[in-house]
Amino acid sequence: MSHDASPRVGLFATCLVDLMRPAVGFASVKLLEDAGCVVEVPMAQTCCGQPAFNSGDTEDSQDIARQVITTFETYDYVIVPSGSCGGMIKCHYPELFEDDQDWAPRAKAMADKTYELISFLIDILNVSPNAAQFDGTVTYHDSCSGLRELEIKDQPRKLLNNVSGLTLVEGKEAETCCGFGGLFCVKYPDISEKMVDAKVDDIVASGADTVVAGDLGCLMNISGRMQRRGIDIKARHTAEILADMADIPAIGEPVDEV
Amino acid sequence: MQSTSPNFKQNAKDALKDDPLQAALGKLTNGFPIRRLEAAARLPEFEDLRDAARDIKTHVLENLDLYLEAYEEKVIESGGHVHWCQTAQDARETILKICKDANAKTVTKSKSMISEEIAVNAFLEENGIEPVETDLGEYIIQLRDEPPSHIIAPAIHLSKEQVADTFREAHDDLDQDRSLEEPRALLEEARAKLRTKFLGADVGLTGANMLIAETGTNVLVTNEGNADLTNNLPRIHIVIASIEKIVPTLEDATTILRVLARSATGQDISVYTTFCTGPRQAKDLDGPEEYHVVLLDNGRTDMIGSEFHEMLRCIRCGACLNHCPVYKSVGGHAYGWVYSGPMGAVLIPNLIGMEEAQHLPHASTLCGKCESVCPMRIPLPKMLRKWREKQFKAEITAKTARWALKGWAWLAKNPKLYRMTMNLGVAVLGQFAPRGRFKSLPLAKGWTSKRDLASPAGDTFLTQYHNGPRGDQSGDLIRRGKIR
Repeated sequence: MSHDASPRVGLFATCLVDLMRPAVGFASVKLLEDAGCVVEVPMAQTCCGQPAFNSGDTEDSQDIARQVITTFETYDYVIVPSGSCGGMIKCHYPELFEDDQDWAPRAKAMADKTYELISFLIDILNVSPNAAQFDGTVTYHDSCSGLRELEIKDQPRKLLNNVSGLTLVEGKEAETCCGFGGLFCVKYPDISEKMVDAKVDDIVASGADTVVAGDLGCLMNISGRMQRRGIDIKARHTAEILADMADIPAIGEPVDEV
Repeated sequence: MQSTSPNFKQNAKDALKDDPLQAALGKLTNGFPIRRLEAAARLPEFEDLRDAARDIKTHVLENLDLYLEAYEEKVIESGGHVHWCQTAQDARETILKICKDANAKTVTKSKSMISEEIAVNAFLEENGIEPVETDLGEYIIQLRDEPPSHIIAPAIHLSKEQVADTFREAHDDLDQDRSLEEPRALLEEARAKLRTKFLGADVGLTGANMLIAETGTNVLVTNEGNADLTNNLPRIHIVIASIEKIVPTLEDATTILRVLARSATGQDISVYTTFCTGPRQAKDLDGPEEYHVVLLDNGRTDMIGSEFHEMLRCIRCGACLNHCPVYKSVGGHAYGWVYSGPMGAVLIPNLIGMEEAQHLPHASTLCGKCESVCPMRIPLPKMLRKWREKQFKAEITAKTARWALKGWAWLAKNPKLYRMTMNLGVAVLGQFAPRGRFKSLPLAKGWTSKRDLASPAGDTFLTQYHNGPRGDQSGDLIRRGKIR
């Protein structure tokens, strides 16, 4: 592995970004390349295995984890535009192979070089403010895994505060779960609704016109609920704003509204 | 008690529609969590104390047999008795026998979760003995024949109007014209009733926040002082406690006390903290003539060394309930048994069975807030996942859910097939969602019943990245130079 000025980075786009929001993938590539990385997007990637892991299906989680490790272990870094999937690889892969002599060291090595995108830009690459422009008032939602598993708190705020034209306001409950929880939201839709309503109310109270987060799962949940309630607040991934891609429709917005 | 845990889904639905409950839970959000934060901020060493408290219990659990025997020796030395009980039934019968031997008619009780766990009140009543709860919240729910809905605030689900109604119904001599609007009036009404009970009781039954091996002492923590009247006034004091309540020394007990109230209510220390050692000694002015400790296992020894070993560090502060967004949405009764919240979802399946409590470990987004505030640093999300794993292995998980998951996992393990399926998926979905999102979608009703579902934005990212854009939005915009 080379550790010279241009780290070779494997982008793990995540299944949600791949399927629902390619812009986050393109934004990630742009941010990483601007920061001097050589980025590759391996075709063999699918999902990190978290739905299986959180459902108690250990065997499948391990199989999927082995595949992710095999696909990505030659890179200097593995970068994930999601705290949740990043947390899965960084915190839970080593847990999955605790009792496996062969795979434990590989899972550990994978965990060590895997980072969530925004924290990687700040904590490892120490990027300087870029030239992004965004006219609006933004509130940042801390996704649970990003905040509590990966300690992502100040990094996105630091970068967002540097975006010209952007005003960052804090929600009182920015750190509270939005009620997504993967399969939780479809298993217990009533409880999830109560939780996402509290989150939406907090976003409304913040006075923001856009909610930004580092996880597409939370963003789809929050924006989907706001749209159902007829609340006109946009939702975007942090990377879209930082990569100056806010021209494209916000999450769930039709193309012709651009 | 008979659990309603299998009905968790319906319980939760009902709770979400229960307006007084929702109002009460709303207050919880702005109460305990904020006070905990303030208390922690006042104490720079709070995080270090959490580590120290965790280490004490970790050490105890590794040497539990030794400390239990040392504790028993000290209790006997101080003139007390220790009764070892393996099951809830053993404990109920032991308590009944002590009461009967003393010809007891009335037993006053201070708050004890273990007494709820063994449902001792109903058992005593069946045997002609009147149990009287003396913690205000417990007294209220005893009158209403309800289980506690919170570890430290058992009647938190009730409004003061509901409490007033309960008193009017239960207290025959209550003047109907008397106003019970103010909390103070409710307190005075309960106090007047309880005072006579305190003075007339034959036996006082308390729990124990800790049992100290060094001295054979039980520690009681309250804000009302009712535990002191319960253990001091009657002739006999019975302590009911589970075996993991042991701590080695007085010093250790004070370390844990320093995190207990701060985590629970945000107080630096509870209003009353009482240390009871044995019956009344020759020089004592007051105290019970007999002192009994009923030491209960009830499944704890099976937890030792298991995936749920660390749950035995729990000191029942309730912080995980106070901070849990699911608990704050549905309250404690939805969980269907004595405990609730994240700690309940881990502990209940251990005590009433995995199948009976199968919903509880899933009723969490695994957001991790509970672990972040637990004074004993118990990895609650990890243990919730362990229950899900055990259920999956035991095939308790619903068949359709298992098959769906297996099918999806199979796809995820076959990248080429996965890619084909995703490409097909976005093509099909793209046809049906011209306005950017779905209002409803078959097979996704769990989602679309409550929220809109964003539709895929053109081809998948991988296809666009590797094959170039095909008329989709972000790739197309990039190509047109609209995005740099």
